[in-house]
Amino acid sequence: MSEQPYGLIATFDTAAGLYHAAEQVRDAGYKNWDCITPCPVHGLDGAMGLGRSRVPRISLCGGLIGFTTGMSLIYWSGAVNYPLIVGGKPLFSPMFAFPVSYELTILFTAFATIIGMFVLNRLPRHYHPVLKDDVILRGLDDKFLIVIETRDPSFDAIHTRALLENIGGTDIKELEA
Amino acid sequence: MSSAASHAHAATAAAPRAPILDEVAPAHLPRATLVESDRSMGWVTDKICGIIEGKTPRWWWLLFAISCCVASFTVAGITYLVATGVGVWGHANPVNWAWDIVNFVFWIGIGHAGTLISAILCLLRQKWRTSINRAAEAMTIFAVVCAAIFPVFHIGRVWFAWFLFPLPNYNDIWQNYRSPLEWDVFAVSTYGTVSVLFWYVGLIPDLAILRDRFLAAGNKLRAWLYGFFAMGWRGSNRHWSNYEMAYLILAGISTPLVLSVHTIVSFDFAVSLLPGWHTTIFPPYFVAGAIFSGFGMVLTLMLPLRAIYGMQDLITQYHIDCMCKIVLATGTIVGYAYGMEFFIAWYGANPNEGFAFINRAFGHYAWAYWWMIGCNVITPQFFWFKAVRNNTTMVWVLSLFVNVGMWFERFVIIVTSLARDFLPSSWGYYSPSIVEIFTFFGTFGVFGVLFLLFIRFLPVMPMAEIKSVMPQSDPHAGHDGDHGHALAAHARH
Repeated sequence: MSEQPYGLIATFDTAAGLYHAAEQVRDAGYKNWDCITPCPVHGLDGAMGLGRSRVPRISLCGGLIGFTTGMSLIYWSGAVNYPLIVGGKPLFSPMFAFPVSYELTILFTAFATIIGMFVLNRLPRHYHPVLKDDVILRGLDDKFLIVIETRDPSFDAIHTRALLENIGGTDIKELEA
Repeated sequence: MSSAASHAHAATAAAPRAPILDEVAPAHLPRATLVESDRSMGWVTDKICGIIEGKTPRWWWLLFAISCCVASFTVAGITYLVATGVGVWGHANPVNWAWDIVNFVFWIGIGHAGTLISAILCLLRQKWRTSINRAAEAMTIFAVVCAAIFPVFHIGRVWFAWFLFPLPNYNDIWQNYRSPLEWDVFAVSTYGTVSVLFWYVGLIPDLAILRDRFLAAGNKLRAWLYGFFAMGWRGSNRHWSNYEMAYLILAGISTPLVLSVHTIVSFDFAVSLLPGWHTTIFPPYFVAGAIFSGFGMVLTLMLPLRAIYGMQDLITQYHIDCMCKIVLATGTIVGYAYGMEFFIAWYGANPNEGFAFINRAFGHYAWAYWWMIGCNVITPQFFWFKAVRNNTTMVWVLSLFVNVGMWFERFVIIVTSLARDFLPSSWGYYSPSIVEIFTFFGTFGVFGVLFLLFIRFLPVMPMAEIKSVMPQSDPHAGHDGDHGHALAAHARH
């Protein structure tokens, strides 16, 4: 296991080059592969065959929990735990409870969104084969990279390298695991 | 009958459409260039990281020292207040809210431009926001810090500040959620928290670049520090996909947040019964004023930064134009609101309300009122002229007037209404004490210290976002003719 490299990495100079290469890697049937880009590239998700992100579902849960927390906090503290009549007003009304619940909706949604983003991305992960190689320095700067992992069922040291060469990848090298 | 007629109409209208489209090619509308001089992605990285990696410039130490001195005034003012009591401020009946709330609203308002740029302009797909949003968001956070000082210390016994939050305390009593002041606690604390989170999410990809650059340069400590906060970001597109969605959602929730925060701040006044405060126009008027003052502050900060670091290719004349136009638009809305308040005071036929407004313009505080009108209504009108917008010095000076004017606006609203309330027997005149003046003056130092630390240690512009609006990141750039090929040829200039 330790003998096996993590995968093959290839460099592309332009976003257009990466985009078309990604389409071909996708069409070749690879599953465990990735593009490394310095910034989000428009349409690359489609070219990689990625579905829609699932972050919004987590955000929605956060928002619902936030709103419920606000309403129930105000109801419980004002009408159950310590009922106190202020200015002859009802002990609870969703009207005056709304601004606080609204803010808590936003607060909880923000936390859920960020935590959701990290969890779905399996981050933080400070050690990763891609980060070990110097190539990442340009991959976050101005180059575009494609990594195909050896654990992919379609991976074959010779064929995969040939594919990366055919689709325009340069500077192809093995990443140690 | 009508549907048949409209069908026939549609058919006749649709028939000639196809040939016209064949003959007339779609107009080629040039878009404003967001990064000038045809710079490469590598240049952007080197330029922005270079600020952090280079030696600390002498002017930075000078400004930092000055800011620390100024900030010490706030520390001294607050220390004296805590040791003595709120009486050291100039508040007295009937003016029990004065500079503290003026300064609070002033600083919170300044913060709003940062969120506007990062959130609302993101939703509106205004790509010019990319080069200014990081610094504007930093401004938001530091402005909220300065704003929070005032209400927290105005409560007097600051060690009881946690009573503002629903935490069980020995009085066994809960907060009054019917009060806009309690809404404000939640609005401002949510605003501060979400602003920090939004800012941090934007920083992650840039921190990863700094991590790798410091590692390559052999600076292990800084690589570790930046790397810790970069969370192991590696530019994976599977990550970008979730990241972009998270960023969009944060923008989507920050938009109603920023509008609600200043709405709730205005409720502090509008929900009361005081003439001059009890008006329904307050929420939109406060929000427009906040954006107006915030853009004034963005211009005040960004124009020197642009000049010092030679960032004319990143903050272009187009960016300055856009910001000036927003100042013009929101300043005109604010001017309209001033006029409308007067109209309603007359049209509403409430003698107390009418008196409050006449008193604002011609009473004891008329000097403040005309400062406000001069700075907020007249100043932005200069931005109608392209020659003014193109003159960076002029824009900077006008932006200072916007900052001053918006402080006076809050002063006029708060103090004039309180100083002349219902009973003439309780009327008064408010002047700030020296402690208040010190405390407020010092907050500019607090803001300066934080902002200088930010430009020294964090990327002042979001590199990844700037790259994403450059033609090099467009996967279809090559289809557009020759410039797609030219782009790949550039090395790092």
